[in-house]
Amino acid sequence: MDTAESSSTSKKIQVQRYKPDDNPEKHYLNEETGLWSWLTTVDHKKIGIMFLGSITFFFFIGGIMALLVRTELWTPAKTFIEANTYNQLFTLHGAIMIFLFLVPSVPAALGNFILPLQLGAKDVAFPRLNLMSFYLYLAGAGIAIFSILNGGIDTGWTFYTPYSSTTGGAVTTMVFGVFVIGFSSILTGVNFITTIHKMRAPGLTWDKLPLFCWGLYATSIIQILATPVLAITLALVGMERILGIGIFDPAMGGDPILFQHFFWFYSHPAVYIMIVPGFGVVSEIITTFSRKHIFGYWAIALSSLAIAFIGFLVWGHHMFVSGQASLASMVFSFLTFLVGIPTGIKMFNWTATLYKGSIDLKSPLLYIFGFFFLFLVGGLTGIVLGSIALDVHLHDTYYVVAHFHFVMVGGMVMAFLAGLHYWWPKITGRMYNETMAKIACGIIFVGFNVTFLPQFVMGSQGMPRRYFNYIEQFQPFHQVSTVGSFVLGLGFLMVFYYLVRSLFNGKPATANPWGSRALEWQINTRPPLHNFHHTPVIVNGPYDYHKPMEEFQLGLAESSHGDGHDSDLEVTSDGKEIKAE
Amino acid sequence: MDAIKDFLLPPAKSTLAEQTDSLFWFVHGSSLILTIGLIAVIIYFVYKYRRKSEDDVTPHITHNNALEVTWSVIPLVLVLIVFGWGYQIFMNQTVVPDDAYEVNVTAQKWIWQFQYENGAQSTGKLHVPADRPIKLIMSSKDVIHSFFVPDYRLKQDVVPGQYTEMWFNAPEPGESIIYCTEYCGDGHSDMLGEVIVHEEEEFENWLAENAGGGSKPDELAPEEWGEQLAQEWACTTCHSTDGSQMTGPTWQGTFGSEQSFEDGSTVTVDENYLRESILEPNAKVVEGFPAVMNTYQGQLNDEQINAIIEYIKTLK
Repeated sequence: MDTAESSSTSKKIQVQRYKPDDNPEKHYLNEETGLWSWLTTVDHKKIGIMFLGSITFFFFIGGIMALLVRTELWTPAKTFIEANTYNQLFTLHGAIMIFLFLVPSVPAALGNFILPLQLGAKDVAFPRLNLMSFYLYLAGAGIAIFSILNGGIDTGWTFYTPYSSTTGGAVTTMVFGVFVIGFSSILTGVNFITTIHKMRAPGLTWDKLPLFCWGLYATSIIQILATPVLAITLALVGMERILGIGIFDPAMGGDPILFQHFFWFYSHPAVYIMIVPGFGVVSEIITTFSRKHIFGYWAIALSSLAIAFIGFLVWGHHMFVSGQASLASMVFSFLTFLVGIPTGIKMFNWTATLYKGSIDLKSPLLYIFGFFFLFLVGGLTGIVLGSIALDVHLHDTYYVVAHFHFVMVGGMVMAFLAGLHYWWPKITGRMYNETMAKIACGIIFVGFNVTFLPQFVMGSQGMPRRYFNYIEQFQPFHQVSTVGSFVLGLGFLMVFYYLVRSLFNGKPATANPWGSRALEWQINTRPPLHNFHHTPVIVNGPYDYHKPMEEFQLGLAESSHGDGHDSDLEVTSDGKEIKAE
Repeated sequence: MDAIKDFLLPPAKSTLAEQTDSLFWFVHGSSLILTIGLIAVIIYFVYKYRRKSEDDVTPHITHNNALEVTWSVIPLVLVLIVFGWGYQIFMNQTVVPDDAYEVNVTAQKWIWQFQYENGAQSTGKLHVPADRPIKLIMSSKDVIHSFFVPDYRLKQDVVPGQYTEMWFNAPEPGESIIYCTEYCGDGHSDMLGEVIVHEEEEFENWLAENAGGGSKPDELAPEEWGEQLAQEWACTTCHSTDGSQMTGPTWQGTFGSEQSFEDGSTVTVDENYLRESILEPNAKVVEGFPAVMNTYQGQLNDEQINAIIEYIKTLK
């Protein structure tokens, strides 16, 4: 047995190496079985999987709506649906993709599964709250579906007043659904922050925290601080519609611009809720597949926090043409550019990480490179839109549509898929078909660009968004875009096909198929019910690829009372002796 | 170069459009260079440092302060240039010259209306003189709309309950399309208009002819004028004339027919009912249709309403 002895000024502890099993007989999926065990589980891994299933379902629903919208745009005026149906479709496409897919995608699905593993914890800090978060999500989704079937909504996902105060349909119900989903998001945020603060394994100091955790930490802060504002705003819209209290509708003495301020105060930071966890995924995958220490750990970790904080101060850049004061526009434009800098820093740091690495171009890394290009385009067109004069021309045109799809789909969905492919073996214990994964990544990349690049051209030419009808000049661009969207859809279907197929006949995965140093790879595949049979002890950072693997598999030789998170226990590498074989 | 220009941007037809365009090309040009550069570096690294064996050892490089400061400061300087430049053009777009000619703009679902100092009115078509600053004072009657002229690179939301302003100067006579760019319901994408830039003299003539606004041109029969008005006032955005279903009931065959309403009552369509529907659309809401029509009280005069009714009568 390998033994190692770590000592610090205060306390000496005995550690030993725990080698993970490749295919243990008992794991989290078979220790408790049956539907009831899933529905009542407080295991973060199962909750993560339930989130994963739900968001996948809504991703496909939202995707079908996107295809219907694109099909309708094949010709100007009516192709196969009425204007009102079209308006409802793009509204629901946006609302479903944002509230039911993007916001919970990486944090609630992948984050739930991976975060405690990376921290060396047996679960999140509040497992029951975690389950409640899932049920709130389901309840909110249920209410949203109910509202779709009961009149639908045609306001756009932004619910701008006074249109939303006056239009027919089920706006109030839908708004209530989003309100409930918001609480799911807040609870996840509270849970993650507490978990990161209180549940880290012995020796896991802040400077050794994996960057995925830093990303989730920054995200959680935004979720907790911004989501309540959305809840309040939507509650006010509901009050206006039900009780006739004039808040936003000028016909009742309200101010419609006030709504936009409230709405974007949440919804701009929400953009970062959607993308910052993706940044975390990128850092994990880049280091693993280049077997190299991350370049500029603190720059990447702190830039996520910087984005989270500055992100709160830029909402007014959605309102340059709303009639807000020129001075306000100037300040918002300035701060918008500042938020671009930490994002740029990340891109450069990731690129520098590749330098002198040992790069293995496996499918997760391929998805990350897809992310790189698409997010770069999305980010740089964001610089274009941050400039007031250019925004005056491009605001509410297809340029904006293309921009945020590059960021949200090209950035976040690609990062999410990368993360899914990366952690899939750990989650399911199966390997997917690598060749198919690479082909699908290529199809998605091509389909995406064919769909959205023409939209930049249309937007610059002046094609407004949310248009059912359009002038003939734009038809070729719309048709190319529509063709691209079907290619994109095909790519996503292919991913779904080979991932599901791998569950049944995929090769069994080993504990650490990628040779990563991160903690979640140092336990069994599939993970045990309570994650660790031992209390893990951290002596190295998660990206210390210059150190041997056995130094990453240490745990307390004797666990005193199970949880092992003795707060005064301090492990330092000073005076540490490690006897490897 | 010109081909790329025409491919990406509409023609520049206002005095400020060129300024916006220079910034547009500057940001896109530098972004393109950055993108190609970064992607090239990544491709080079991926090839050069591809994994050669499972035992590859990588150097322990954690950070490099000089490098990191460089790639933070250079982009910072660049974006500050873009910020300052964009703001400067924005101020030019915002500060209205003192001698600007004023036109009032009213937006409603789903038409643009323009009112001139001498009482002239125009719907859907904004007539302005060339080579003179024009100031638009805009307000909405219902929800938020947005006035967008791509050729001028200008856009401004039109908000109910308050006035917003914008100005432009089109040096050459010509025509440019107006879009509504703030989503406003079923007719949003049909809420188009046109700026018609006249030579000064031509504009004065147009203005004089339309002073007081809204009387029948001599050469038209009442129903012909009614058809023209229905087009201009965008009635046909919601009401078809061929029997097809749109946002509002079709006009074909409606005159003399029995119409049933949301409250269960019915009426035979006659002149009085049509007049009431134009002036008080929500007094009787036809069954199966949303109550979204605005009143045209104070906008259409009696003569115009009569003409539209005459036109509807011809649609059998």
